Amino acid sequence: MIIRKPQALKDHDVTDESLYRGRRKFIKTMGAGSILLGSSLAGNVLNAKARQDDLKNELTSYKDITTYNNFYEFGTGKSDPAKNAHTLKTSPWSVTVDGECAKPGSFALEDLLKPMQTEERIYRFRCVEGWSMVIPWMGFELGKLLKRFEPTSKAKYVYFETLLDPEQMPGQKRSVLEWPYVEGLRIDEAMHPLTLLATGIYGKDLLNQNGAPLRLVVPWKYGFKSIKSIVKIHFLEEQPISSWQKANAVEYGFYSNVNPNVDHPRWSQKRERRIGEFRKRKTLFLNGYADEVAALYKGMDLKKYY
Amino acid sequence: MKIPEPYFSRLFKPFVFALALMPLVSLGLAAWQDKLGANPIEVITHSTGDWTLRFLLITLSISTLRRLINWGQLIRLRRMLGLYAFFYATLHLFTYLWLDQFFWWEDILADIIKRPFITVGMLAFVLLIPLAATSTNAMIRRLGKNWLKLHKLIYPITILGVLHFWWLVKADVREPFIYMAILALLLAERVWNAWRFKKQFLK
Ligand code: HEM
Repeated sequence: MIIRKPQALKDHDVTDESLYRGRRKFIKTMGAGSILLGSSLAGNVLNAKARQDDLKNELTSYKDITTYNNFYEFGTGKSDPAKNAHTLKTSPWSVTVDGECAKPGSFALEDLLKPMQTEERIYRFRCVEGWSMVIPWMGFELGKLLKRFEPTSKAKYVYFETLLDPEQMPGQKRSVLEWPYVEGLRIDEAMHPLTLLATGIYGKDLLNQNGAPLRLVVPWKYGFKSIKSIVKIHFLEEQPISSWQKANAVEYGFYSNVNPNVDHPRWSQKRERRIGEFRKRKTLFLNGYADEVAALYKGMDLKKYY
Repeated sequence: MKIPEPYFSRLFKPFVFALALMPLVSLGLAAWQDKLGANPIEVITHSTGDWTLRFLLITLSISTLRRLINWGQLIRLRRMLGLYAFFYATLHLFTYLWLDQFFWWEDILADIIKRPFITVGMLAFVLLIPLAATSTNAMIRRLGKNWLKLHKLIYPITILGVLHFWWLVKADVREPFIYMAILALLLAERVWNAWRFKKQFLK
């Protein structure tokens, strides 16, 4: 298995699952006494201890990655997707590619994937809600796939669409968001080598709740940009409007880059809770991938283009 | 309806007391068994927040129930239930201060000032303090009529609690909507009752 880690996640930064259990001990101990009230002293002692862990990146457990999800097509609770996503049929699956490209078409998933070499990529994943994970994705660079359709010079943006089928995705029966879920990237973001189309996690095929059979992974953007269960890819000249922008343009912008200096209007983005850890850690600019992707936004006011 | 003494004081009230403790017990149990899921602190925050709001509404529903099913005794549970609302609110606040924010006071202060949902939550909690503090018999006697006036604060507190919930959800307002509907019903019953009373009085 080829393991390619982006520079921002160094080898020694990634330790495995084993340490992760210990992190929970404190919470368990707390439960034992049902004591939720703590003294500020105890908090500070813990803080000092935890501070050293701030730069560590342990893989999030498979269980947490597959049971704690935002996938409103299967309900708005975090555990809903794991419970409800079994109704999604991922085979046969086809993806339509059209718009500003020379070779549009509708493709069976197998045909789409056949020429692609999948590899493992370990990325941080930061949700706009303030939690994060470290996920070993299986996938390939989106750019490599997109080139096959020969986007024209007018292809300034790429638009993605999730399956629309309220029978398979019961969450779509309620209009929490406008369905289908749609997302978009600027073409240079889409072509960036860090941008992935994922088909698996931990060496296994994606589970439905994680966006099977094909999902986007843009590690320097908030999680909702990484659209799941993709059925359509469309090249276009105008900037598309994403589902969360439609729902609330003031709170969710097109770019939605992870940025500790630009708060969500209703909560701070300065810190995040790494799932499996006790204390919150500082959120990194562009989720720690600034070396790779900051150049994409040179000269842009990221407070304005949030 | 009436439960005869000593059963009300010796059995029923302790039973309700124990029942009201169950959310905390089950939370503690789940934590002990490592069943709080991937984000335990979120579960604790949400559960204590939910139960604060539920106990506020339960407390408000006592006088309504008393009128509707004519069960006067219920009033003797109201103080306990109100104090439970304060109890869960305190747990909720400390979960936020400690487990969520780790006593980073600058961040907490910024949150209280800048985040409307925290602002109204904090306001609701602060307003609860005088109610809890004046819940003793001695205080009730000492304050007399003013006690009743003071404890009308439960209305703005509960409204702020619902608002707090409404403002913190991302897109799905179903749950806060349910709480709002219940609150609206309880308030409507009071208006209706007052109107009915007035009409009777004027006759
Ligand atoms: C009487 C006072 C309060 C009531 C009734 C209340 C109620 C609630 C409720 C119902 C929730 C949502 C639970 C869920 O999603 O299931 C909640 C969440 C929350 N509350 Fe409160 N709360 C109160 C005071 C406070 C205070 C004083 C703070 C902090 C200063 C606070 C901070 C929070 C936070 C951080 C969340 C979670 C937000 C999130 O998940 O995004 N609350 N509260």
